[in-house]
Amino acid sequence: MNYSYYPGCTLKTKAKELDRYARSSAEKLGLHLEELEDWQCCGAVYPQAEDEIATKLSAVRALAQAKEKGGKLVTLCSACHHVIKRVNLDMQNNEYIRTRVNNYIAPDAPYAGETQVLHYLELLRDELGFEQLKKSVVNPLKGRKIAAYYGCMLLRPAEEMGMDDPENPKILEDFLRALGAEPVLYPYRNECCGGYIALEDKGQARQNVDKILHSASLAGAEAVITACPLCLYNLAQNAGKERLPVLYFTELLAEALGVKEEA
Amino acid sequence: MQRIGVFVCWCGSNIAGPVDVERVAEAMKSVPGVVHSTTYQYMCSEVGQSRIMEAIKEHQLTGVVVCSCSPRMHENTFRKTAQRAGLNPYMVEIANIREQCSWIHKDKEVGTQKAIVLAKAAVAKVMLNTPLQAGTSPVIKRALVIGGGIAGIQTALDIADAGYEVDIVEKSPTIGGRMAQLDKTFPTLDCSACILTPKMVDAAQNEKIDIISYAQVEKVSGFVGNFTVTIRKKARFVDELKCTGCGACMEKCPSKKGKNEFNMGLNNRTAIYIPFAQAIPNVAVIDPEQCLKLKTGKCGLCERVCSAGAINYKQEDEVFERQYGAIVAATGFKPIDLDAFDEYGYSQSKDVVTSLEFERIMNAAGPTGGQLVRPSDGKHPHEIVFIQCVGSRDTSGCGKPYCSKICCMYTAKHAMLVRDKYPDVNVHVFYIDVRTPGKNFDEFYRRAVEQYGVDYIKGMVGKVFPEGDKLIVQGSDLINGKQLALQADMVVLAAAIEPDPSARKLATMLTASMDTNDFFTEAHPKLRPVESPTAGVFLSGVCQGPKDIPETVAQAGAAASKVIGLLAKDHLVTNPCVAQSNELLCNGCSQCERVCPYGAISYVEKEIRGPGVREVRRVAQVNPAVCQGCGACTVTCPSGAMDLQGFSNLQIMAEVDAICK
Repeated sequence: MNYSYYPGCTLKTKAKELDRYARSSAEKLGLHLEELEDWQCCGAVYPQAEDEIATKLSAVRALAQAKEKGGKLVTLCSACHHVIKRVNLDMQNNEYIRTRVNNYIAPDAPYAGETQVLHYLELLRDELGFEQLKKSVVNPLKGRKIAAYYGCMLLRPAEEMGMDDPENPKILEDFLRALGAEPVLYPYRNECCGGYIALEDKGQARQNVDKILHSASLAGAEAVITACPLCLYNLAQNAGKERLPVLYFTELLAEALGVKEEA
Repeated sequence: MQRIGVFVCWCGSNIAGPVDVERVAEAMKSVPGVVHSTTYQYMCSEVGQSRIMEAIKEHQLTGVVVCSCSPRMHENTFRKTAQRAGLNPYMVEIANIREQCSWIHKDKEVGTQKAIVLAKAAVAKVMLNTPLQAGTSPVIKRALVIGGGIAGIQTALDIADAGYEVDIVEKSPTIGGRMAQLDKTFPTLDCSACILTPKMVDAAQNEKIDIISYAQVEKVSGFVGNFTVTIRKKARFVDELKCTGCGACMEKCPSKKGKNEFNMGLNNRTAIYIPFAQAIPNVAVIDPEQCLKLKTGKCGLCERVCSAGAINYKQEDEVFERQYGAIVAATGFKPIDLDAFDEYGYSQSKDVVTSLEFERIMNAAGPTGGQLVRPSDGKHPHEIVFIQCVGSRDTSGCGKPYCSKICCMYTAKHAMLVRDKYPDVNVHVFYIDVRTPGKNFDEFYRRAVEQYGVDYIKGMVGKVFPEGDKLIVQGSDLINGKQLALQADMVVLAAAIEPDPSARKLATMLTASMDTNDFFTEAHPKLRPVESPTAGVFLSGVCQGPKDIPETVAQAGAAASKVIGLLAKDHLVTNPCVAQSNELLCNGCSQCERVCPYGAISYVEKEIRGPGVREVRRVAQVNPAVCQGCGACTVTCPSGAMDLQGFSNLQIMAEVDAICK
């Protein structure tokens, strides 16, 4: 199966590993990710203003291109996924935005949200299946106690993101189980890390990070995984007393699939 | 030739504000058939009505059109007015120029034009009205109360007190309902069981009351004064007449892992059980899902120890029919499921409980014998956090949009009881607003704060999670502008209440309407709060909307008085606006019978004689005593044979023509 793939800017700079391990793992799993041509930055923040369309255009360009190439677009960065998924819903449901965006971009055929946006985790869960993933694991991460950290962008707002229950999610835990690892449940796994205010109020960001890492380590975690480059940066940079290795989930995936070295 | 009078009501400024009533009256004067047209400030007042009566006599009117409010409001008023002046009451038509016109239009020109059109339509209809005569139907002097909580018990007691027979159908093995589960009641803190159980006993001992427990209503047919109800009494596997309630069977029963429903599942019960000590009837019941004998055929211990010989493993459900003149819905409520509220940690920690569970924990007959201990480890708690509005006033879609009304008061009660009995325990209450309208209610809440030192925090809780053997409650304190993380030993959630799930099915059987939250709709929100829009069906208690005990009891009494008023009549005047089949046109296709919700249509073989026709044919017949005039058959009939008296196809077409002209 072929999927269009939208890496996003951060995955080309700060978060190269997130991208690299994802690609090598997908290859191993027989999932063909084809990077979109000439994709542009998604803007990283979903624009809330009703009359704002300029910041939605690049997401729509990516979505429209994916529609031409099979109709399934895979994202990886939490922020990109958040923006692209929600803009796609706007194109499906908001006639005002749909009309204005189509008038502006003037694509060959009008775009109305036909593309299916899949986060890489959804690709593994819904397209491949965690059972199938489990069968492909060559180095099971046996005995490794890992804390999944969701952050805020991946799951909320739940009715739009539609990935998992934001209060009691399990997609990352199920993913870890498929790799043979032992997921560690801790209460702060779905709380905001404060990454968005790290520049403005470092103290608050540090406080949030401390709480999350303390909570994870109290539960016995030896490492934390995430899908979000900003969370990873913040959890690593603004950690105080409590420190834990923070990894991209794709790194563990590549390790379990035996493709980490090649990547 | 018809002589029509038109009476345009100002309704103060309700109509006269956005509608030029004088212009409406003036415009109607030139409509063919209208011989008199006038206005008055309040047509429904005594003066207004006498003006109509005078005009009927003076102008020898044959029909009347009143341009006023909705016919639901005053159609009956003006029909009686006409009747007093010697006119057939069904020669009156209402043009609704208030709800459907003046209240929704701001532009006076638009409003006036529309009022004129509506009045013309009503004139066009009344020109085709025919005098109708109302018939009568007998009243069966027995009432059915569905639900045996405090609402149903009080309604039944009041009806029985007036001398009428009344049956209570209760779905659980005992009557008592939610009130039986409560520990104390606000605002007086008297014991709930102490005031409820005497009423339960009264109901059981009253000769006029028949308690049909462990039963449900399966089918309802008929109409006001004459309902036929099918009741299924579930098999108890215990003979109600023989069982003495001694409890020997419960001591011997080896299957002890059933969830104790009465204690909200906080402890277990045996497969054969009596729900609680004061249960009525005080008779055991066997849970067939749990009983070893019924499931595997091996056991039979209870049968052996029962000295009364009451156990009967072969007992089957009993289905029977009874006739009633009136039906009261008193189906009550349940707390909502908390599946959609994972942020409060209810599924993660045993020490997060609902308020009803807390009620059982505090109750001397509860799972802990009234000792306040944590369900997880049985330890005494030192910090308790109460969270109000869990699922109430919730617009996110996870909970209910309405206020559950009782939670502020019972939370204050819980907080006060804890502080009174255990002064070493700190109590915090998170709230959005504290709502205490009720006699001595606000005083009660203030006592909790001022006298008992309960810490009320304005703000919502975002997350509750276990950390070690504590619970961390993350919330905001809006008044101090702070984020809080309280360490608690127990968290109590004031879960929203919702109508009992059985109510929806019942509403369908009763053709009683419900609102979007599955509360029964009343016939009028202010003036007829205990009647459902379906004649002969009355509402008692929380099934109509959230209520506390005093309000429930008041409404139960009100519902009973309405039932008594109905049962006191020997005959009811029936609505003559019923369907009629034109036998010449009817081809006996049976489509009307299939759509009739009241079972009012039957078929007969009949000789039909008409121009060029003389044959024996199957034709539809309407039972006018059963027909409610809903009109479903008239729109279904493919040959146009069915017509509704007072709302004939011709009349409706005449109205449409008048509007479109």
